[in-house]
Amino acid sequence: MDMLAGKIKTTSQNLDSAMNPTDMLDRQIRLTARDVTVHYGTKQALHGISIDIPDRAVTAFIGPSGCGKSTFLRCINRMNDTIEGAKVGGTIKLDGEDIYSPDLDVVELRARIGMVFQKPNPFPKSIYDNVAYGPRIHGLARNKSDLDEIVVSSLRKAGLFEEVKDRLQEPGTGLSGGQQQRLCIARAIAVGPEVILMDEPCSALDPIATAVIEELIDELRENYTIVIVTHSMQQAARVSQRTAFFHLGHLIEQGPTEDIFTNPVNKQTQDYIMGRIG
Amino acid sequence: MATDIASPASRSASSERTRAIRAGLVRRHATEQIFRGLGIAAIAVALGFVAILFIDVFRKGIPAFVQSNVHLSVFFDPELIDVDPAPARDQFPSDAEYTAASLKWQRSVALLNWNTIVEASLRKAAPEAGDMTAREILSIPETDARHEIREMFVANPSLLGQTVDVDVLASANAQNWIKGNIDRSLGDKQQQLSAPARALIDTFVENGTISNGFAWSILTNVDSRSAPASAGLLGAFVGTLWMMLIVVVLAVPIGVAAAIYLEEFAPKSRLTDLIEVNINNLAAVPSIVFGLLGAAVFINWFHLPISAPLVGGLVLTLLTLPTIIIATRGALLGVSPALRQAALGMGASKTQMVFHHVLPVTFPSILTATILGVAHALGETAPLLLIGMKAFVASVPATPLDQAAALPVQIYLWQGNENRNFFEPRTAAAIMVLLGVMILLNGAAIYLRSRLEKRA
Repeated sequence: MDMLAGKIKTTSQNLDSAMNPTDMLDRQIRLTARDVTVHYGTKQALHGISIDIPDRAVTAFIGPSGCGKSTFLRCINRMNDTIEGAKVGGTIKLDGEDIYSPDLDVVELRARIGMVFQKPNPFPKSIYDNVAYGPRIHGLARNKSDLDEIVVSSLRKAGLFEEVKDRLQEPGTGLSGGQQQRLCIARAIAVGPEVILMDEPCSALDPIATAVIEELIDELRENYTIVIVTHSMQQAARVSQRTAFFHLGHLIEQGPTEDIFTNPVNKQTQDYIMGRIG
Repeated sequence: MATDIASPASRSASSERTRAIRAGLVRRHATEQIFRGLGIAAIAVALGFVAILFIDVFRKGIPAFVQSNVHLSVFFDPELIDVDPAPARDQFPSDAEYTAASLKWQRSVALLNWNTIVEASLRKAAPEAGDMTAREILSIPETDARHEIREMFVANPSLLGQTVDVDVLASANAQNWIKGNIDRSLGDKQQQLSAPARALIDTFVENGTISNGFAWSILTNVDSRSAPASAGLLGAFVGTLWMMLIVVVLAVPIGVAAAIYLEEFAPKSRLTDLIEVNINNLAAVPSIVFGLLGAAVFINWFHLPISAPLVGGLVLTLLTLPTIIIATRGALLGVSPALRQAALGMGASKTQMVFHHVLPVTFPSILTATILGVAHALGETAPLLLIGMKAFVASVPATPLDQAAALPVQIYLWQGNENRNFFEPRTAAAIMVLLGVMILLNGAAIYLRSRLEKRA
């Protein structure tokens, strides 16, 4: 809890400098990827990806299906480790610390880099236990009232508290799709991560639920570094400050979202934006 | 206008398409009907056989739960019971001397011919039996009647000179005659009982000296050869209980742990592939082979006692392990990857993922698989024959190291008993008890599963 409160304070101090979205890279860089490659067996899925991801901003990865955007996202919290035969090369640094270094514990990494998945996947437990799970396993709450506070504030930040405050003990799987996804976001926030990765978080949701999540992402960026993979260019345009375009495992172009959408440098980016590939 | 010109052609094309679809539809519906019919027929055949099995077993077995009792008034005749008075504690200076004297007295009591007492009681009940031999008369009560009366006297020596009402079991042959298990029209030579004995039994049934009651003895007695009418299942039941306890304690944790390791933690390699193939093959090994293995390893090598539920339990554990491992792995495999990713994404370690999320979700299936595995082991007979559990054991095993029988083996032994008229219903009754235990186990599996699934 103290951790979270502290973060909120620092954020409000930094808010002023976050106002100009086009100059995001002037800001502190949270994640640095250099020459990242991924092989699945003998097949190469990513070719030399190098990108900087700024603090407290939304970075969107766009590109046609199978372009490697999700693969790269999963490199950032080492979820690719769980896939048999996946090999990751290059370096990814979180605040200058190599996340693939043997000294780094992947459990700690995933506590610092939370993830929200394509399909809402709440645990088959109560709403309360869903949110409390992370703080419990990482030992972030000293006692029950601490934990209650984390759960309530996480649900609030995810914009779900008012809807579920009377049924915290009911199963999270009984919520609607959009509510489930916000529950997953609350669950990720509860650990107090620095970065939140979102893998097409709205692709299983209807337009209204999507709008709610997008609004939420916009609010969350004040406190968190967010990386979102999306197949919807409109969504990228709406929620992100920086956009990176992937194609066939290559990072084709990256820059401020406005520039990518209004004035793409690369021909492939232009074609994709215009709907000619995808 | 343009659509009007095009429409006749397109309409005829579309009607042709519809016709083709309709022609196909008839065939598709017919196929569907055939498969439905075949499915229903398959279920009907399966259910039919189960029904035949149950009806047959119950029809044969239920009469075995009725036993004929002979009501006697036993006179503890001082002339026939010619022994010294029982020693009293205050006649002796020490416990040891008293115990020695008591044992000596009990031996002298045991040396008496208690059949004469039984015979006298029967003659009193039937004055018309005057010229029947003792042998003929004593063929009516079960042979252990004399022990029963002797034990009464040993427990209470003051009965001497008194008359007491006692119920004793009718003998197996008498019960066959009463229940009609033997054809009454057969000649004297083919009957087990002599003509006067048969007539006397009928008289006893008429005048109420012999009456029927529920055969608790089948559930509360141990097996018996000398007094077959008193043979019961208790020893075999307790033997089976010991074995199941061992199977549950060993096979369940080992099987589930092995499955979790293989499915969740083991790296996929040649070795794990080999282990997997072997486990699948083990599940298909004939059960009698496990019996041979048990005899070789547990009895010859570890020198565990023959006929002991411990050995039987170990053999059945080996037999059940592959089933439990395969079923548990199947259940783990069925857990959605989304749940695993959710847990790992939250920073749960692999162990936390398995124990906090995967196991609770699969627990109902694992439980069902386990109980079905145990139920399978419960009915297993062949391997027990090879580790000596087919021996005649007339005692209740107090520990898993004592000699014991098992329910399915008891069925096998009774089925082979020479007094077929009497033991055929008993065998069916034993099958009913075994089926009862199995239905209880399966019912527990279904109940626990539905309860746990509701909770999850």
